Amino acid sequence: MAQGAAPGGVSIFKHGEQIPARRFSTPKWLRAAGYWAYQYRRTWRSSVVTSFLIPVLYLAAMGIALGSLIDKHSHGVDGVTYVAYLAPGLLAGTCMQIGTNDATYPVMGGIKWMRTYFAQLASPLEVYDVLLGHLAWIAARLAIVVSIYLAVMAAFGVIYSPWAIAALPAAVLTGLAFSAPVSAFAATQDKDTSFSTLYRFAIIPMFLFSGTFFPISQLPAWLQAVAYATPLYHGVALCRDLTLGQVSWADLGHLAYLCALAFVGYLAGRRTFSRRLVV
Amino acid sequence: MTHVPDSEREPEERPAGEARAGQDAAPMVEAHGLVKRFGDFVAVDGVDFTIPKGESFGFLGPNGAGKTSTMRMISCISPISEGTLRVLGMDPAADGPLIRARMGLVPQEDSLDLELTVLDNLMIYGRYFDMPKKVIRERADQLLEFAQLTERANDRVDPLSGGMKRRLTIARALISDPDLLILDEPTTGLDPQARHLLWDRLYRLKQEGVTLIITTHYMDEAEQLCDRLVVMDKGRFAAEGTPRQLIEAFSTKEVVELRFAPGQHEEVAPTLAALAERQEVLPDRILLYTEDGDAALQEVARMGHIAQSTLVRRSTLEDVFLRLTGRTLVD
Repeated sequence: MAQGAAPGGVSIFKHGEQIPARRFSTPKWLRAAGYWAYQYRRTWRSSVVTSFLIPVLYLAAMGIALGSLIDKHSHGVDGVTYVAYLAPGLLAGTCMQIGTNDATYPVMGGIKWMRTYFAQLASPLEVYDVLLGHLAWIAARLAIVVSIYLAVMAAFGVIYSPWAIAALPAAVLTGLAFSAPVSAFAATQDKDTSFSTLYRFAIIPMFLFSGTFFPISQLPAWLQAVAYATPLYHGVALCRDLTLGQVSWADLGHLAYLCALAFVGYLAGRRTFSRRLVV
Repeated sequence: MTHVPDSEREPEERPAGEARAGQDAAPMVEAHGLVKRFGDFVAVDGVDFTIPKGESFGFLGPNGAGKTSTMRMISCISPISEGTLRVLGMDPAADGPLIRARMGLVPQEDSLDLELTVLDNLMIYGRYFDMPKKVIRERADQLLEFAQLTERANDRVDPLSGGMKRRLTIARALISDPDLLILDEPTTGLDPQARHLLWDRLYRLKQEGVTLIITTHYMDEAEQLCDRLVVMDKGRFAAEGTPRQLIEAFSTKEVVELRFAPGQHEEVAPTLAALAERQEVLPDRILLYTEDGDAALQEVARMGHIAQSTLVRRSTLEDVFLRLTGRTLVD
């Protein structure tokens, strides 16, 4: 280029000539998801403990150790050994936690700390790409964790049916049923203190009382109604029916509930992300 | 695009802006009656401007004058409230992504990924523009050289100095080889060395024909980098022109700065007013705006006033700026 070949070098500013156009362009939400994947490649080690090791330890301690006691005294739960009963519950519960976690602090980071979303919005990406890309990445990460977890379940001998294959998308969906609404909520927040409140008063109680560790029939009637209304109950029930091969029409109801929540959460996210990021 | 061999032109004789304008006369940015409102607050109150290709255009103004709002509208990340805006010949409301694909944005606050390395930040950004990995890598190497960050390529961003982070943000904005580079307060918060290095890099971009749009509240920065600028105040343009034109229009050729002992200051001030075209009494100094500073200074001495210190200097953009936007502190 003429005006300005750098002293001793070739000009690097050619006004786009150097960048060849691609024949098939990558969808923009996928480019946004690529950021999170790129970042995960550098940081995955630290997430192995929380997203994988802890649930496996739970499964070993409660499923095997506590389970042998339960099996001896009451002949398993709902006709299966306790470990087989517990494993899909932990799977859904873990997906809830990952799904929530990845939609709280990283979303706030994207807006306030790292300002990743703003960096993305300065490129050809738009606000819906930013949101969808983040959710797509959470789904991909859930899929990785769930695959490994299902393999561990198989090793424990607690997968009873080929339906268990469908537990992969079901568990991912359970996570997304939390990620979508939670990210919509996170985008409205100015401080991260609300996230610990969310954990204390919603996520942890749900983890304990939504049929993860014991059937909700053990709860008083009014609490059963509350448990039944929670999304985790439906995620647990769906995953459990699939790994135990006890599939029924009721599972379509669970599926519909989770899909609806994920979809409504996504629509809410489109609103809250736009309000926060496009001003 | 036609290429002219280096030997056939004399680049020194023509500013880059004119050379490029010849190739494509359509302006890079064109705004008429541009308004930005946040609720009841009017941040930008009906401004008109045209920025031709290759020009380095500055928005000056105190904090809250509407510079950043204007920039964000030009960058197609903030929708306009009223008026018309064309960027690269397109409508931001309809073609935001297409416009941004040809634009580099250096926002006021860095948005780098602090956990990742310098090189990673460039690689990730190139992907947003859907550039092939190999191309991003090649360009990243060139840009690291340009930003003098080659040695830090594989270091994490977090511990880098403010100047390095700023240069990385600029390198990142250049990854897609944009036609238009937008810089929102590029050197705010940097030490003098870092600022001069950054100016040097930006000046080189200007030489290469990249259209620059800069906001700043540093007058020296505007004088160094801008071919043309507007002074913004309360959402409107208070003045528009080249740095030279603005100084001629809104200030005198020279300024005499006088410092008197406390007490004497208030006493002397009224007697000096007649010596200058315009007088400005600051808490610590008296400024006399005049065509001939030395003559005015001699006159002061002849009147028998003894100043603690005196300074005769040329008018700068700062004098223009302070005259147009007032001396009250804006937070």
